[in-house]
Amino acid sequence: MTFFEDIRVGDTFALGRHTFTAQDIKVFAARFDPQRFHMDEAEAARTHFGALCASGWHTAAAWMRLMVDHHRHMVDAALARGEPVASIGPALGFRELKWLKPVYVGDTIDYFSEVVETRVSNSRPGFGLMTIRSAGLNQKGETVISFLSTTFVERRQEKP
Amino acid sequence: MPKYYWEDFKPGTVAVYGPRLVTREEIVAFAAEFDPQPMHLDEAAASATMLGGLGASGWHICCLMMRIISDGYVLDSSSMGGPGIEEARWLAPLRPGTHIRVRSTVLETRASNSRPDMGLTKFLFEVLGEADTRIMTLTTTQMFGRRKAGAAA
Repeated sequence: MTFFEDIRVGDTFALGRHTFTAQDIKVFAARFDPQRFHMDEAEAARTHFGALCASGWHTAAAWMRLMVDHHRHMVDAALARGEPVASIGPALGFRELKWLKPVYVGDTIDYFSEVVETRVSNSRPGFGLMTIRSAGLNQKGETVISFLSTTFVERRQEKP
Repeated sequence: MPKYYWEDFKPGTVAVYGPRLVTREEIVAFAAEFDPQPMHLDEAAASATMLGGLGASGWHICCLMMRIISDGYVLDSSSMGGPGIEEARWLAPLRPGTHIRVRSTVLETRASNSRPDMGLTKFLFEVLGEADTRIMTLTTTQMFGRRKAGAAA
């Protein structure tokens, strides 16, 4: 897995896709976001959404799962080549998260992340901070979600 | 009929919702499904990470916040969803066995330019742990139906 020094602004990762079923949408909503437009087709039809749609948190959580799987594949490939693996830290948070279009039943969302900024960490000298812009696009090519997030990535070697 | 409309959210209003006990079981279940990193799944592996022990996925914290405010007021309101999140900061780990609460502050409120039946309200949400430790802060704008549709602002 790439260390902080190997990461370049503009690096882009295609993370894969997720299809949202009615069952998935309702189960997630019942746990975390039980608003009527995420829970019931008939109720949703009476709202401005017009049909059952996924919680925005569900759309975001599906990105996280694909990002973790993508990262694991990269780690496994590096280990298979006998290369060292950089550790990544927790994220600090996210910002400018926009839910631009509803995600309806049957929509397939393709997720991508692009490196937009790198800087060394003042608080943790062994790490750098990587900021990525992530997005999900539906089968019509419309962006449904977009956000920026910043994560710690281990440096190849600590500066003296 | 909703109990709360856009007009009911006045700037400066503070409310606290919860508490909710967050169990190890639900932290691991969320992580297994959506964020299967060792720091969210396994104590031994987590102790070697920056989290310093098992802690909930940051996205899980967001989802728990959503559920707490849903039960707190969103489900009793004319909520029309939200266009996004301005910023979320994960400030401290959410450990198993923590009782969390959400403190909401209405930051500002404005009528919709495009829809006379809708208004927008910006909130600060703080997810608080034991002894009011701030685990997450999040600012977001939510859309609500208006009690009386006004002229487009």
